[in-house]
Amino acid sequence: MNQTKGKTIPMPVRYLINTVLIALLVFGSTAYVNGGGVSGYVTKVLMVIGINIILAVSLNVATGYLGQLPLGHAGFMAVGAYTGGIFLKAVNAAEASGAQYLLMVAAALLLSGLVAAVFGIVIGIPALRLRGDYLAIITLGFGEIIRVVLTNIDEVLGFKLTYGASGLKRIPKITSYGNVLVCVVLTCLVIHLVMKSRHGRAILAIRENEIAAESCGVRTTYYKVMAFTLSAFFAGVAGCLYAGYLGSLQPTTFGFMKSIEILVMVVLGGMGSMLGSILSAITLTALPEVLRAFEDYRMVAYSLVLVLVMIFKPTGLMGQYDFSMSRILERVWGFFDRSKRKEG
Amino acid sequence: MKRFISMAMAVLMALSLVGCGGSDSGAGSSSAASGAASGESGSIKIGLLANTSDANANYGNAVKNGIMLYIDEVNAAGGVNGKQIEVVAYDDKGDATEAVTAFSRLVDDGVTAVIGGVLTGTTLAVADETYAIGMPQITASATAPGVTLLDPEDESAGIRDNVFRACFIDPFQGEKMAEYASEKMGATTAAVIFETGNDYSEGLKNAFVEKCAELGITVTNEEAYATGDVDFKAQMTNIANSNPDVVFCPNYYEDDGTIITQARQVGYEGTFLGGDGWSGVADYASAEDLEGTVYCSAYAGDEEFEAAYEAAYGEAVPNMFAPLGYDAAMLMVNAISAAEEQGLEAGTEEYMDAVIAAMAATDGLEGVTGTYKFDEFNNPIKSAAMMQLQNGEEVFTEMF
Amino acid sequence: MAFFSTLFSQIINGLQSGSIYALVALGYSMVYGIIMLLNFAHGDIIMVGAYVVWLSMTSFGLHPFVSILLAVVVSTLLGVVIEKVAYAPLRSSPRLSLLITAIGISFLLENGFQLIFGAGAKVVPTLISGPTFKIGGANISTPALVTLGVTVVIMIALTLLVQKTRLGRAMRAVSEDMGAAQLMGVNINTTISFTFALGSALAAVASALYLSSYAQASPTMGSMLGLKAFVAAVLGGIGSLPGAMLGGFVIGLAEALVSAAGLSVWKDGVVFAILIVVLLVRPSGLLGKPMKEKV
Repeated sequence: MNQTKGKTIPMPVRYLINTVLIALLVFGSTAYVNGGGVSGYVTKVLMVIGINIILAVSLNVATGYLGQLPLGHAGFMAVGAYTGGIFLKAVNAAEASGAQYLLMVAAALLLSGLVAAVFGIVIGIPALRLRGDYLAIITLGFGEIIRVVLTNIDEVLGFKLTYGASGLKRIPKITSYGNVLVCVVLTCLVIHLVMKSRHGRAILAIRENEIAAESCGVRTTYYKVMAFTLSAFFAGVAGCLYAGYLGSLQPTTFGFMKSIEILVMVVLGGMGSMLGSILSAITLTALPEVLRAFEDYRMVAYSLVLVLVMIFKPTGLMGQYDFSMSRILERVWGFFDRSKRKEG
Repeated sequence: MKRFISMAMAVLMALSLVGCGGSDSGAGSSSAASGAASGESGSIKIGLLANTSDANANYGNAVKNGIMLYIDEVNAAGGVNGKQIEVVAYDDKGDATEAVTAFSRLVDDGVTAVIGGVLTGTTLAVADETYAIGMPQITASATAPGVTLLDPEDESAGIRDNVFRACFIDPFQGEKMAEYASEKMGATTAAVIFETGNDYSEGLKNAFVEKCAELGITVTNEEAYATGDVDFKAQMTNIANSNPDVVFCPNYYEDDGTIITQARQVGYEGTFLGGDGWSGVADYASAEDLEGTVYCSAYAGDEEFEAAYEAAYGEAVPNMFAPLGYDAAMLMVNAISAAEEQGLEAGTEEYMDAVIAAMAATDGLEGVTGTYKFDEFNNPIKSAAMMQLQNGEEVFTEMF
Repeated sequence: MAFFSTLFSQIINGLQSGSIYALVALGYSMVYGIIMLLNFAHGDIIMVGAYVVWLSMTSFGLHPFVSILLAVVVSTLLGVVIEKVAYAPLRSSPRLSLLITAIGISFLLENGFQLIFGAGAKVVPTLISGPTFKIGGANISTPALVTLGVTVVIMIALTLLVQKTRLGRAMRAVSEDMGAAQLMGVNINTTISFTFALGSALAAVASALYLSSYAQASPTMGSMLGLKAFVAAVLGGIGSLPGAMLGGFVIGLAEALVSAAGLSVWKDGVVFAILIVVLLVRPSGLLGKPMKEKV
């Protein structure tokens, strides 16, 4: 970057610009959607896109930033979905209103995330002692076990909780475009903040070279578990949104295939690029809707794309590139500055 | 800390971009759809949801073919009230999420009623949605009581009055087969092998076991297997060891074929009983292994239908899902024609209410799988056809 | 007495499915030993083999034995082609990319076959028929005996191949140190292709044995079977051939005994739980060599 010539925008102004723009977008688009600007179908697709973005961005923490390959992300989503579903049913959120309703929704989301995070810690501590392929295998195993347990246990200590194979039904449908959007923004924000902090740099150092990082005094196990747990937390939140979106849950949804689906989003976008995860989550969710005529070929095309991307552009479409509004503003600013100077 | 907000910005930009792009196309299609629904082209739009590309697509495609067969016949005969029936079909991929999005797309397309889904999970998810807007829905094949009952644990919680089905419910078949075992075969001991993770299989099994207790049949083994299993020898060895008079096997024909073959391999000689999922089993196990097996079916065979199906699709009727699809379409079209007679406009609330009312009032409509009338839970009241495997053929023996 | 005869029957059941796992696990293990790749597509080679048997028997009316031979040839070719087209270009890229490619190939095969042949299961005519033997109250079917016999013969042959032949020596050298083997004049590409060919041929044999008891071919039949065989390979110590065999039998027996105890629905859970416990207690598997991380 041409640091000497281009003017950088001072920090407080950056925050201000960005905050205002975010607020505008959140309120603007929510008002537009809720005001009937788009049809029910498009709203539904947008919600699914939002949920997938959270899943992809959260998996990106473990895959892209930490450099591991967990194959059980759907397991954490399942934990979050069932936690959220059971909680929402228990507090009877469908009949609440106003502030009480908002509180319940927020509590459900937070609780789902926390329970998934606890699972993340419990699974992460033993799993992360292993490296590379073994980590992939062990997370795959945990993901499958979570599914088998959900399928076969329908009551816990005499309480009907998960309803086993027939699934959890009649969950209050709390998910709306607005709360999905807010969750997406918060997820990206939190992950971004963590990754830009000291902790984030430690996580990246582990990805680059674990042994070197360790010898520089980075507590590798601590940071690995931390990244893993962060990843699980948001998968749980996404699960809760999913439960509130669909209204009924079945354990078969959260199989190995679901984990792979999320992985494809991350890989295609570029491991380590949040923008990449977001864009590919959007594309992979929206494209099949647009191409319904070709739906028979959809899965074949998916797998073909996955192989081709790996062979010809293994870094994914975005590589590790991340988007910065300020950087673009600075460039535009610099351009005008230069042309002004030329005139003068 | 530098770029965090700009990052979040990117998220929003991306989201809103898709939002805008999506809304354009959405608005376009819905305006076109409302034009069609209001009768410009003189057609009635109904939606069809079936899983036609997933691992269970053989059920979904059969249902879809059955439905389309009936609709094509109606349209060829001049349609309903002079209007052609236009079917908007989407693949739900057997996935509840996809089913809900596909359904909301149907709503945008301006359909007035929906036939589907095929599997219980997708049908339930869609039933929640149709119930919320009062759109008539009929499923050809979703057998779980919870599809029409709001709370399957508690019948008094009420029903989804807009949702109907053309098939039996799970408990009905289980009870029938227990009665059959006791009355017709004089069985005193029975074992069951069922698939966990499958509403249909568990529903039949539970009803069978409960009825057995009532009828004084001892259930020696309740063996389970998980979805996707192919090795049942361990379970069958256990069953062979207690050697019950009959084995009740409430599963679909592909599994049934494997189960019975392996049962014979480990030395079990008794009779197998099954539900309507056995229909089509003749190709999946040898004639000797199958000999004597009895199952109940909604469909006792109908030559006219089978000839029409083969003429339309160039293949034999693959399973009972095709005739059930045909009947589901018939019930829906029959109800729609009642609404048409009242001179209502397709797509309006009154129209949907009229269709639902007409459907509930169905009495004595002859389908290929029996004569239709609905009970207070919107389930059809039909008697079961008993089918027996004789020399590798599925032969209709009696109504029971 | 009844208890022991049941137990004996269940052990036979376990050994039969264990044999199939073991044959498939060998393919996983050999490939991992050489290019450190979890070949997710390996399970789907079984599926392809099954479809070849089905097609050649029902459409072309070939003899079962010829059909099986054809399946072995097609699977072997497919294994080599997959390696050349999808894995070879990535040999120097990160292992993660290779793994993801393998997952992609696996999906491609499954969905491609579903598109071509439909989702429903295809019934394969009887491959092996024969009487059911009664030994001490336990029933042993002919397919079970043939499966066990073929597996034992193949394992002996494979051990001889790897220990005594030139190509076997090259395989061991490459898995020990690829760079050094190359310097010593071992043709890496040929060796890797040979490994894939061998693994795929074993998978096709496993496929035929599978069909002799469970006579149906479906597009997704290979995924769970492959996953469990893979667990068997890890359990035995990935990269170790005796380990893969042992792992296969352990998984098969564990499944049969869990089912025999009336807990069949927990079968998958138990398999993966065994995997996790082994990985935590002994990450290199039962018979694997512990690997040192190099700086």
